[in-house]
Amino acid sequence: MKPDLTFSEQVSDLSHQNVRRCYYCLRCTAGCPAAYAMEYTPAQILRLVQLGQKDTLLSSSAIWLCIGCETCGTRCPNEIHAGAVIDALRQLAIAEGVAPAEAKVFKLHKAFLDSIRTWGRLHELTMLMEYKLASLDLFSDLDMGLDMFIKGKIHPLPKRIKGVDEVKKLFEMRD
Amino acid sequence: MTTRYAFYPGCTLHSTGVEFGASTDLVCHVLDVDLVEIPDWNCCGASSAHSIDETLFLALPARNIAQAQQVGLDDPASSSELSLAIPCAACYSRLAAADLALRQDEAFRARMESALDFEYQARVRPRNLLDIMANDFSQEVLRAKVLKPLEGLKVVTYYGCLLIRPPQYTQHWDDPEHPQTMDHIVELMGAEAVPWSYGVDCCGGSLTLNRSDVVVHLVDGLAQAAHEAGADAFVTACPMCMANVDGRQLYRGGPPLPRPPKPDYEPLPIFYFTELMALAYGQPMKKVLARHLVDPRPLLKRLGLV
Repeated sequence: MKPDLTFSEQVSDLSHQNVRRCYYCLRCTAGCPAAYAMEYTPAQILRLVQLGQKDTLLSSSAIWLCIGCETCGTRCPNEIHAGAVIDALRQLAIAEGVAPAEAKVFKLHKAFLDSIRTWGRLHELTMLMEYKLASLDLFSDLDMGLDMFIKGKIHPLPKRIKGVDEVKKLFEMRD
Repeated sequence: MTTRYAFYPGCTLHSTGVEFGASTDLVCHVLDVDLVEIPDWNCCGASSAHSIDETLFLALPARNIAQAQQVGLDDPASSSELSLAIPCAACYSRLAAADLALRQDEAFRARMESALDFEYQARVRPRNLLDIMANDFSQEVLRAKVLKPLEGLKVVTYYGCLLIRPPQYTQHWDDPEHPQTMDHIVELMGAEAVPWSYGVDCCGGSLTLNRSDVVVHLVDGLAQAAHEAGADAFVTACPMCMANVDGRQLYRGGPPLPRPPKPDYEPLPIFYFTELMALAYGQPMKKVLARHLVDPRPLLKRLGLV
């Protein structure tokens, strides 16, 4: 596919990682817990960034499966944090309006941040309700949720922090 | 003498990680540690902020650094540096990242100071509770309070991911590939930390609800390895590891994802390291232990530890 010649630099700027230093030793991929489920492994993602393959990457499922465990960044001999690169790719996908290939992963992150914006802290129950309605994933894990609720691990009612306006201000800084 | 720390509990410590909060309180009581909660803290952003938002990734935890600066401890030493104790591995990592950015990135610091109306003093040091317990207290002090050594209990120590890496944030308070602090504490409590190779492998973190298949796959790998190592239980210092390992051995996810088969191994209980400390210190743990999903009480009864 035709390369986007500015893409590599754009990703390096946003992630603060020098993607050009990757010489493909595959340590990132060898240690990645999610690589088995990705259509492009972390090393392949770095290579595709080097080759300017923007559309392929932004519409990939792989960028949404990175767990952010930092195994890759800790082991990279060139000090590239592939996790930070993948964060940047997700952020670019959102900014460019590319539909996330793992829609439910995106919707959970969004519901999580909405909870922080509303309450200042995470409130699991309302966050999960928003996530389930948005993703239409209504019936998964009700058994586990009920067990946790009975054991007092999920609070029924949220509490708002006093400084929630300050938190909102941080959200507005993005715009 | 009372030792004081500023304290950031994080959202899970009173909800899904309630056992961590309760046992931390009990252990701190025994060791005469006073945790001074920082005022009106907010969520650190966990896995979600950095995943989809470049600004919030550091801005949300930066507010907590600003809030922590308001904590005054009646300790002359605290005027130079204030240790901020953080039990949750993810909260710890986010606050450490934000503090590093405030220290090193002038543009970011200026933006935060103006948005939050504060002056960054570079005196709050985010530290994980495990680091504090293992490195601020001598073996003699930790061991002296043991009333009921956890004899016969064989555990694997499960460090997971953000607790000990990346080293830019942790500054090597423990080795990112071969951590030992939790092993050290577990052995001081009289339990045996059996060797295994999965201590720094990831549990699947925030994919637990939307790609539970991935988390079940990872947790099965961990549980099988723990069995092969001859362990009776896991020990963790992270509420996310706890939720995944405790939950996904029993509750396998789906529908609409195809439900993975029931595990072909016996689910193993998982403890916070503070729970093992509280047990060894003879603290009342009945209510706390009742809240686990994989019930640890039959194991503890068999070993005569409750």
